[in-house]
Amino acid sequence: MMTLNQQRKFKTFVTGAFAWLIALLLFFPIFWMFITSFKTELQAISVPPSLFFEPTLDNFGIVQERSDYLKHALNSVVTSFGSTLIALLIGVPAAYAMAFNPTKKTKDILLWMLSTKMLPAVGVLVPIYILSRDYGLLDSRTGLVIIFTLMNLPIIIWMLFSYFKDLPKEILEAARMDGASPWDEIVKVVLPLSIGGISSTALLSIILCWNEAFWSLNLTASEAAPLTAMIASYSSPEGLFWAKLSAASTLACAPIVIFGWFCQKQLVQGLTFGAVK
Amino acid sequence: MKRSITRLLMAPSVILLLIWMIVPLSMTIYFSTIRFNLLYPGQNNFVGWMNFEFFITDPGFMPAVLNTLILLISVLIITVVLGVALSALIDKPFFGQGIVRVLLISPFFIMPTVNALIWKNMMMNPVYGVFAWISQSLGLEPIDWLSDFPLMSVIIMVSWQWLPFAILVFVTALQSQDTEQKEAAQMDGANGWHIFRYLTIPHLARPIAVVVMIETIFLLAIFAEIFVSTGGGPGYDSTNLAYLIYNQALLQYDVGVASAGGLFAVILANIVAFFLIRAVGKNLTV
Amino acid sequence: MSYLTITELQKHYDSYHALRGINLSITEGEFVVFVGPSGCGKSTLLRTIAGLESSSEGSINLDNRDITELASSKRDLAMVFQSYALYPHMTVADNLSFALRLAKVPDSEIAEKVRSVSASLQLDPLLDRKPKELSGGQRQRVAIGRAIVRQPKVFLFDEPLSNLDAALRVQMRLELARLHKKLGTTMIYVTHDQVEAMTLADRVVILNAGQIEQVGTPLELYRQPNSRFVAEFIGTPKMNLIEVSDVTRQDEQLSLDIGVGKIAFPNERINGPVPGSIKLGIRPEHMHLVPEGGDISGKIELVEHLGSEAYTHIQLDNQQTIIVKAPARSNIQDGQLVQIKLDLDEVILFNESDRVISKLAEDVSHA
Repeated sequence: MMTLNQQRKFKTFVTGAFAWLIALLLFFPIFWMFITSFKTELQAISVPPSLFFEPTLDNFGIVQERSDYLKHALNSVVTSFGSTLIALLIGVPAAYAMAFNPTKKTKDILLWMLSTKMLPAVGVLVPIYILSRDYGLLDSRTGLVIIFTLMNLPIIIWMLFSYFKDLPKEILEAARMDGASPWDEIVKVVLPLSIGGISSTALLSIILCWNEAFWSLNLTASEAAPLTAMIASYSSPEGLFWAKLSAASTLACAPIVIFGWFCQKQLVQGLTFGAVK
Repeated sequence: MKRSITRLLMAPSVILLLIWMIVPLSMTIYFSTIRFNLLYPGQNNFVGWMNFEFFITDPGFMPAVLNTLILLISVLIITVVLGVALSALIDKPFFGQGIVRVLLISPFFIMPTVNALIWKNMMMNPVYGVFAWISQSLGLEPIDWLSDFPLMSVIIMVSWQWLPFAILVFVTALQSQDTEQKEAAQMDGANGWHIFRYLTIPHLARPIAVVVMIETIFLLAIFAEIFVSTGGGPGYDSTNLAYLIYNQALLQYDVGVASAGGLFAVILANIVAFFLIRAVGKNLTV
Repeated sequence: MSYLTITELQKHYDSYHALRGINLSITEGEFVVFVGPSGCGKSTLLRTIAGLESSSEGSINLDNRDITELASSKRDLAMVFQSYALYPHMTVADNLSFALRLAKVPDSEIAEKVRSVSASLQLDPLLDRKPKELSGGQRQRVAIGRAIVRQPKVFLFDEPLSNLDAALRVQMRLELARLHKKLGTTMIYVTHDQVEAMTLADRVVILNAGQIEQVGTPLELYRQPNSRFVAEFIGTPKMNLIEVSDVTRQDEQLSLDIGVGKIAFPNERINGPVPGSIKLGIRPEHMHLVPEGGDISGKIELVEHLGSEAYTHIQLDNQQTIIVKAPARSNIQDGQLVQIKLDLDEVILFNESDRVISKLAEDVSHA
């Protein structure tokens, strides 16, 4: 017979082991991609799969040469950081106004903003494509930045709104009593207090833009294509070059996966529009 | 602060979103009622419901609707059921909990095109893939997943992507579960299953609703995974509505029919959105 | 001379009438406490004075200046909040000096003021800490310090002690009283705790449903409430109320039949005509258990021993329950039959609309 304490320990051990097993299984494809990016093409398709091999960095160089990785990475950086910055500039004032001067209409406006997010992209694919073409925005970073900004604006406003709303009202009132002008209030109290919220909002927006595929695939070709679109070019069946594919994928995903680990929590709040905290 | 300043601060967001919503949508509506093929410019006469008729009678329409729904429902069931089970599992502290959580979450951050490529090639390739090797090791015939089970392959890829999201939401929700309530239940003689069934599941009711709604929005519009892996084929076996519309617009250049299809997708999404907004709005305190 | 004058102040929220015509004048250096049950409007009144809420009608005048429409920052008031509302991203020193820095006070002067305030509140060792590293009492002191540094015309306190534990609350109450003595600045203090109100105030303002129920010194309110609301609000345990079933006029006095006995009440202590329906009020401390010859009798239902005294809950012969304060070591037990003697001079009478109709006994005898 086990004592109660032993039983508990055993139970914890079993659940822990099981959880580890599931986690490793789910993580396996990513792990495999990572490993494969250091193999030669021959090792990459060997059966049985080789686990022990001499790692090579050649693939990364070839990826850069073949598909100009750096150009696409730069496109991804410019479009995701650019659109996030613009969306923040537009969204912060709106969220601030709604959080600190709510009116009866505030709730309706927020829900309406959310509803624009529900519009399926495919429903407006044609007009956006034609508009982009007519204004010379096809295959341009400007075009993608505009789309990404509008696409993420509702989420950004929602997240910021919930952060601002959570600021203790009395602190702002204390600042007002201390003689702070509205400008002082924003710059010296609101912004320093919500810097965490603003940066995780930015992080979430960057992740969403970085991984955006629909518009990237349909509106860009070669010049402005971000990494999502570049990777798609590896799907053409010109032969098996998994090692290079893996290297490209690893390069494309690593920054954002690491980013994502840091802001899981905020991600939930942002993606569920604050309905789950 | 004055009311006019409030309006001024909100104006850019409101105006931009208004344009973003109204302009493309009204263009879609307009295009859907005219003949409009990019290959034959200048013949844009009014055709009424003809584009809708074309879209609905397209041989790909019924398969696309069915595939969209099958994809939606299968992924929802897989992610919610596994998500609840796994989040309940990792909720209790154990060795390396933090790392396990990070590992579990990771697939969500993989871009859809990479996701499809990894699975299509390194996992599901009938000759060199990991799955093929496992089958062979077990003495079984390797399966050509993408040709024989194209839709199921897409379901696996998409589920792999969205299961972490479900886990993430449920884990977050579980942290707010009242431990005293669980302790009270234990004192009342409840075992682990009872607690899970009668306390945890009801506690997760709202997060589950939210996950279902949000995944639905995204799953109705799955595109990149299909685009990169199966290309909608073989035949229409893995074509969904989004892919069919894309096909009409950018491969067959028929803007009119594609717009009609787009409106169909909008209506479908709006039905879902209606419920989602009601669910979220109820909990919104302004 | 009045320093702060509030005239006909009204406050409407959408459908809610929070302040219904407040008139109040406060002299310089006074410690005034607003007290009342939750929802009575005391916090709204304070926040309207602070300018954090706008008034719907009426005016507020401070030191010969109309401040009704002025922004909070320009009113020359300082406020201590219930949650302390310290700036979490600033150190204690920065919290203390924030207002001075906003006002562009020279650095040397700021340093000097912060030093003297932190010395008087024993904050010196804490100046470099952030608010989250402080205990509740320390945060409280910083919040007070932040108000003092500015040398405002009036201090506003919004239930400042309600987040502290009981022992600390008593200590901070004392410190506040000392502080007022030392600074001599006008203070307005909101609380729902009548003990704080009684111990701190020069004058207490009792609010009820958006109106001032009564203004007076703590003792006046205790001895001369003008309504049942005030009578029951002040004093622990609550004043006992006994229905008078019949009033008989005799020569110089009224005979009040309270169901379990008759009480004689001098005519001259009645203000105005005698109404048909009367309630009699008497505080637990103005009744005494006696072996015999009491005015009324009853059975002890329950005794609460507080150490210093005992509250005895007594069921009268007509089933009504009253509370009597008894000495700590009285030899009483549950179920015991007792006689009760009333201090007739302390009896208060209410009419049917719960207004007080009796005068103080000593006022009558002096007259």
